[in-house]
Amino acid sequence: MKKTGVLTKIYIALIMVFMYAPIAVLVFYSFNKSRSAAWGGFTFEWYLELFKSHSIMNALTNTLLIAVLASLFATILGTAAAIGISNLRGKTRLFVQNISNIPIISPDIVMGVSLMLLFTFLGIIFNFEMGFSTVLLSHICFCVPFVVLNVMPRIRRMDDSLYDAALDLGCTPFQAFRKVVIHELMPGIFSGALISFTYSLDDFVITHFTQGARFQNLSTEIYSLLHRKIPPTINALSTLLFVVIILIMVLINIRDRRAERKK
Amino acid sequence: MKSKLLSVPYLIWMLVFTMIPLVMIAVTAFSDNNGHFSLEALASAFPYTHVFLKSLWIALLSTVLCLVIAYPMAYMVSQMRESTQNVVVMLLMIPMWMNFLLRIYAWVLLLQSGGPLDTLLSAIGIHGSYTNNTAAVIVGMIYEYLPFMFLPIYTVMGKIDKGLVEAAQDLGSNKSEVFRKVIFPLSIPGIISGITMVFVPSASTFVVAQYLGGTDDIMIGDIIDRIFFTNNHVGAAISLILMIFILIFLVLMNRFGDEEAIV
Repeated sequence: MKKTGVLTKIYIALIMVFMYAPIAVLVFYSFNKSRSAAWGGFTFEWYLELFKSHSIMNALTNTLLIAVLASLFATILGTAAAIGISNLRGKTRLFVQNISNIPIISPDIVMGVSLMLLFTFLGIIFNFEMGFSTVLLSHICFCVPFVVLNVMPRIRRMDDSLYDAALDLGCTPFQAFRKVVIHELMPGIFSGALISFTYSLDDFVITHFTQGARFQNLSTEIYSLLHRKIPPTINALSTLLFVVIILIMVLINIRDRRAERKK
Repeated sequence: MKSKLLSVPYLIWMLVFTMIPLVMIAVTAFSDNNGHFSLEALASAFPYTHVFLKSLWIALLSTVLCLVIAYPMAYMVSQMRESTQNVVVMLLMIPMWMNFLLRIYAWVLLLQSGGPLDTLLSAIGIHGSYTNNTAAVIVGMIYEYLPFMFLPIYTVMGKIDKGLVEAAQDLGSNKSEVFRKVIFPLSIPGIISGITMVFVPSASTFVVAQYLGGTDDIMIGDIIDRIFFTNNHVGAAISLILMIFILIFLVLMNRFGDEEAIV
């Protein structure tokens, strides 16, 4: 049963071709001197132009900044919420858990539109414009439920007496909380933060509706570039992003292997 | 640790940034520019019925095709050695980390006339452009959402108790009987959540059809995007209808899932 059959190999290989062919095409065109579909010789020109592009570099910084801040705030808010929710009982708890699911099940576009309505309304009252802060708030919004979802099962598995034991042994409630509770919940907190970070990095739709006139993240920047005549710098950007992703994956894999060996 | 109060900031947050915005969609949909109650916006949404139907049709086709492709793959992968499983799953996930818009744009490059596919097929005498039609939109959707179908089914298959499979074999079942009577029924919850995770985003997505579709391939998300910035009442009305559709779909899937679980 453990031996991989020929049919399986062919099937998986075909799917991998399907998954990677488009990326290969992007990489291929990123070195293409010609702007058209045909090959016009090898060049690094688009990479140089990419680094000179202020708008793309600015969008990249914005994206990373928003992702770091959104996942940080979402993690704090979500972890506190998960602990609070676990102490609720019966109907109240069910109600809160159902509310948590709303951002997860509602389509991105509906969430984007609804947040845009809110921010336009608040903007008129408090006299502000949409931009960095509204995008950050929106990103926290769709990230928090994922943190709650990831931390909750950890709390359920945790032994309540551990916290009491820490208190008996002379910890202040804060120390006990930090050294015992947070320590126990860490894997859940970490995966919640990681999911938040990646969702925030990849978000287009919600940013599109809450960005206002001047703010751009990578996705919205690419969107506006795709609306004009498409510059080949986009291919160079894709290639670099892909290389970074592969590097991260390899590093994570090496770390996991080491952790396994230690066990 | 026993504090319910920790959930209070979260509840306030969810109220302000999730509940109120959703209510605002409904309020905007049922009002006019002067803030009076009006059914005009809802009435203006009716001419888009065909776009709704087209979106649901594209989403349905994409979901079915994702299931047809992902199910055998999930089964095959779940039968492999564990280390091989991890590699295959990681390879499938890597493209997902690329930016959403870049993934779609890559298909535009791949399918364009004079592009790689055209060049390849021209060699055996078939010429043409493969983009700007409904099929291209569906291919793009499958590319975006295939892993969302694969992962839940694969996870459920991995959790199936090997003892059950062995018991069925001991009792004289052959391979196909084991699959039909043990593995398939137990994988249904994975199928249900896979269908949900593909159908909801693909019915409500925008941009994909803009880039890969022809002139009549407009999806409901594109309409919302186009209308919302000029007339947010009509935009909100269409968003509201979309949200209601999605909710009905989720309730149906949930009921179906529960019944299967009891059997």
